[in-house]
Amino acid sequence: MDDPAIQLVAVNKWFGDFHVLKDISLTVGSGEKVVICGPSGSGKSTVVRCINKLEEHQSGTIHLYGKELTNDPNSVASIQGDVGMVFQQFNLFPHLSVLDNLTLGPIKARGLSRVEAEDRARHYLTRVRIPEQADKLPKQLSGGQQQRVAIARSLCMEPKVLLFDEPTSALDPEMIAEVLDVMVELALEGMTMIVVTHEMGFARKVADQMVFMDQGEIVEHGSPGEFFGNPRTARCQKFLGQILQH
Amino acid sequence: MKRLILPLSLLLLLSGCSASGNWGWYVIDPRTPGGWTNIKFLVSGMGATILISVIAAAISIVLGLIVALPSQSSNRWLRLLNRVYVEFIRSIPLLPMLFWVFYGLPIVFKSIGLNIPIDPFWGAIITLAISDSAFTAEIYRSGIQSIARGQSEAAQTVGLNYYQTMRYVILPQALRRILPPLANQFIYIVKMSAFASVIGMQELTRRANELVVTEYRPLEIYSLLIVEYLVLVLLISAGVRWLERRMGADERL
Repeated sequence: MDDPAIQLVAVNKWFGDFHVLKDISLTVGSGEKVVICGPSGSGKSTVVRCINKLEEHQSGTIHLYGKELTNDPNSVASIQGDVGMVFQQFNLFPHLSVLDNLTLGPIKARGLSRVEAEDRARHYLTRVRIPEQADKLPKQLSGGQQQRVAIARSLCMEPKVLLFDEPTSALDPEMIAEVLDVMVELALEGMTMIVVTHEMGFARKVADQMVFMDQGEIVEHGSPGEFFGNPRTARCQKFLGQILQH
Repeated sequence: MKRLILPLSLLLLLSGCSASGNWGWYVIDPRTPGGWTNIKFLVSGMGATILISVIAAAISIVLGLIVALPSQSSNRWLRLLNRVYVEFIRSIPLLPMLFWVFYGLPIVFKSIGLNIPIDPFWGAIITLAISDSAFTAEIYRSGIQSIARGQSEAAQTVGLNYYQTMRYVILPQALRRILPPLANQFIYIVKMSAFASVIGMQELTRRANELVVTEYRPLEIYSLLIVEYLVLVLLISAGVRWLERRMGADERL
């Protein structure tokens, strides 16, 4: 049997005395899409940040394609780049052009030549439908365009897994759709994705697994059918009621 | 009355400076052969002042960065190392440090079996560079800390290691922000290089002191000295403005 893309077993994390992640277990198969939702402060961002080692977990194990992630720097270096990340605040490099944002990782970390890296960058810019913005600075783009550049920047590393940490939360409403469209396309092409989001329309469309977190725990976990059709816990029902009523 | 206080006290000061109570600008009058010789003598210290300052600033800019980086470490001993260096070095007044380096350091070297003489030129440079590096390090630290954490996180997620993150993501952004305070430090070095005169370095201030001793016209000679530093500092300011425009540091990102 193939190793799952991502496997978390009983992961715990504390910020000082604060227990942010409580026995989180989650298995994501290759090509699967997982949507994590929950109220703010529930630990959902911390889960994805542990998976690409922006945060350290204190107990439990995280495996990526059968390889355990430890806090040893070599282990950290080996996954970064294989696990792409799209941030809520885009985190584009403001001093670099769009093209240079995309080629920095491939050239410096992957050792591609500039020509190869630029070809690849233009390919992915076309995929996210902004090939004409290559020479602009990030600040000259709209929020939705910036987030699409950020997605293209992750794709340029040709990651095995793509993590999204509330990718549309910082966007104006009219720009959310253009980012979600790109994400749906990626999902349909078979990318393994973990998406922290409250965009339930997106979740219904692409998710294989739905995860609801509250106070550091996975409270509800199942297929989108069960999750939306028949949420078992009161906390999840209340949350869904709050975000779906508008 | 209030308006008169400043000019009056200035006049008092000036008359005190001038030996005979009269102006004696002849001492630096370019129209007389003597005055012209004096001017050439005074200005001839310019090269040394510039050389000392530029070399000291260059060393300080590199040394300051090396000192600043441990301050961002997760290792508390490295952070402590940074704190101790900065607090210790910046507490030492320049003059005692200059004496310590010039007279003391060769003795330290000798006691460990090395024979390294220190001339006034390198004595001044070492002192200025080390003294200034503590301040430069703090400027770097504030610049690096001002870059949002998301930048280094994004750099990590595209596979950059610590060095690459600093080199390509953090420092280019930090440098644009810290260029003005770094330029300030450079001006500070130029002025503090005047202390090199006390260990016999033939720079601007030393030349002025020597001429004062022979001509006994401190007011006029030091006035010219002030103008010499003013010209230097204005040139630096213009250079920095040019650099800021070139780096785009005057624009918001």
